[in-house]
Amino acid sequence: MIKLVDRWQFSLKVMAMYPGRTLVLVLAVAIGVSSVLLLTSIGEGARLYINKEFNSIGSDLLIVLPGKKQTSGGSLPFYSTTPRELTWRDALAIKQLSNVEFVAPINAGTALVSAGNLSREVITIGSTSDFLIVRKLVLAKGRGFYHSEQQRIRHEAIIGSKLKKSLFGDARAVGQWLNIADRRYRVVGVLKERGESLGLDMRDMAIIPISSAESLFNSTALFRIIVSLKQKSREEVTKQQIINLIKQRHDGEEDITIVSQNAMMDAFNNITQVVTIAIGVIAGISLLVAGFLIMNVSYISVVKRKAEIGLLKAIGASSNEVQLLFLQESSVLTIIGAVLGVTLGYALVFTSNAFIPYFSLAIPLWSTLTTLIVAVLISIGFTWFPAKKASSLDPVIAMRGN
Amino acid sequence: MTKPLINLNEINKCYQVGDQPLQVLNNIKLNIDSGEYISIMGPSGSGKSTLLNMIGLLDRPDSGQLIIDDIPTHALEEEQRAKVRRNNIGFIFQNFQLIPRLTAEENAALPMMLAGIDIKIRKQRVAELFSQLGIEQRLHHLPKQLSGGQLQRVAIARAMVMSPKILLADEPTGNLDQRSGWDVIDVLESLNTEGITLLVVTHDLQLGQRAARQLAMVDGKISEDCTKGEGHDQAS
Ligand SMILES: Nc1ncnc2c1ncn2[C@@H]1O[C@H](COP(=O)(O)OP(=O)(O)OP(=O)(O)O)[C@@H](O)[C@H]1O
Ligand SMILES: [Mg+2]
Repeated sequence: MIKLVDRWQFSLKVMAMYPGRTLVLVLAVAIGVSSVLLLTSIGEGARLYINKEFNSIGSDLLIVLPGKKQTSGGSLPFYSTTPRELTWRDALAIKQLSNVEFVAPINAGTALVSAGNLSREVITIGSTSDFLIVRKLVLAKGRGFYHSEQQRIRHEAIIGSKLKKSLFGDARAVGQWLNIADRRYRVVGVLKERGESLGLDMRDMAIIPISSAESLFNSTALFRIIVSLKQKSREEVTKQQIINLIKQRHDGEEDITIVSQNAMMDAFNNITQVVTIAIGVIAGISLLVAGFLIMNVSYISVVKRKAEIGLLKAIGASSNEVQLLFLQESSVLTIIGAVLGVTLGYALVFTSNAFIPYFSLAIPLWSTLTTLIVAVLISIGFTWFPAKKASSLDPVIAMRGN
Repeated sequence: MTKPLINLNEINKCYQVGDQPLQVLNNIKLNIDSGEYISIMGPSGSGKSTLLNMIGLLDRPDSGQLIIDDIPTHALEEEQRAKVRRNNIGFIFQNFQLIPRLTAEENAALPMMLAGIDIKIRKQRVAELFSQLGIEQRLHHLPKQLSGGQLQRVAIARAMVMSPKILLADEPTGNLDQRSGWDVIDVLESLNTEGITLLVVTHDLQLGQRAARQLAMVDGKISEDCTKGEGHDQAS
């Protein structure tokens, strides 16, 4: 058996002998590999973006939704019509559970918010002082709600930065009055500028105490309850406790759905990962094209180097050895092309991230490894027959040349 | 009597040319002892190269036995034949058959490379042979930078690099001018004196007659087999 070093050197010398051909093949592989990496990096970038969004509101959250989930698979809820509404009192009961830290009931609707002669129709959220905590919202000005305020109907509001700007401009908003629908509220806090959070533009929202929202929307039914846990490890137990608790409060009927932040994140992860793989496979077709190129060139090479093949056999190379030599040649070529492709892919992603900071691309490791393996397999697969042809040449005839 | 190094028994080889069968080797029986110097002569197409390739395991007989150094080669798998070839047989061709992209040194070391021998040992062995052959200054030349005589010496070094028992040369002087041709034959003969078994196919009567044993082939048969000093011996 030829030593691996020698085989590599032998291959490299052949490549150096035909520089044009080598360049084309190496580039074909490099482009194939880098396009797979680039496309999967977009998918992975999207996944990481979504994860970041989820994590920005905490990964230790449970979301309690009214209605029993009807679908068996998947983690995104599709629930039937609510048989019994979920109320603020339910939320208060949940807060008594040992592993529950904060509970933010959410009663939401849209309402016309106005100050002076400026007005805006925005989503208005009724909740408690816990809301800012569980959604990780930070105040730029003023204060949040007092705990005791939950019990009384107080007409206080916290507004998002965009809403503040459109109603008050650069003037001071805290302490000012505004109207939500036909009620007057005093602005007690303004949220810090923050981008979208899971599709909700927190900058363009008003938050009022839950009790006040109940009378404003004339409904005690909650849109959902956000629960944050003390110990994430006891998530399952707590989930069951909440279900039991609400069941008990709702006359023995199990009519809620609990979605954990993790489950939702997993669902999104699954979707984006499947999409990423699909994109990668499609991009992988360019590798097949490179494979066909390699096959053609290998056939030509076998014909051109007949005399050499004959000689190698005459001086003691077995058929297998000859086949291995040709396979090795395309593998070396592919490995060089693939390394170049990976470098190119990472360089492009790096450049893109430098210029487009708000959506960062990321090449997943599995994609890099799979692409490398697939590239080598393709090159071996497509060189198999040319190499077989070389190895089956009759040395006497082959040495006569063409 | 000792056992022959090479033993051919009723070797037949037939090629189908169109719909006519062509008997290229016809019931060849031949014993070759270790250390012999044999020339093979005969008209073109008489089967000289085919016989040499058969002995060199490049070709398989249709029938008959070929035993080399006690190994029944006709019964071996391709992989094992390659190994026997690599370890026991050196080939020299009319057109040198050097690989153009490799240096003289690398060309000569090829059989050792195929055998997986370390590069240090290869270099040492090739340097030794090159100085023996008087081409020690040509180690790093490419084939296109060498003369015909030098090319054939590189090819001889390649044939000798594994220290084979048998050296097969198919018209080794065919592409050389007379001077270098004789030089090459001198080299081969000196290798024979050192003990190697040498078979040379040649069209050159003068060269052929230098061999201790001379075979003549006609139509796939050995028509004459004479050993110097012993006179003619009609082949069966
Ligand atoms: N692969 C083959 N297929 C068909 N016929 C072949 C093949 N190889 C050799 N022959 C025929 O076998 C015969 C013997 O060929 P060989 O090469 O042994 O002759 P030779 O004695 O070496 O001739 P020369 O002196 O011209 O080299 C020739 O007639 C040749 O045409
Ligand atoms: Mg011939």
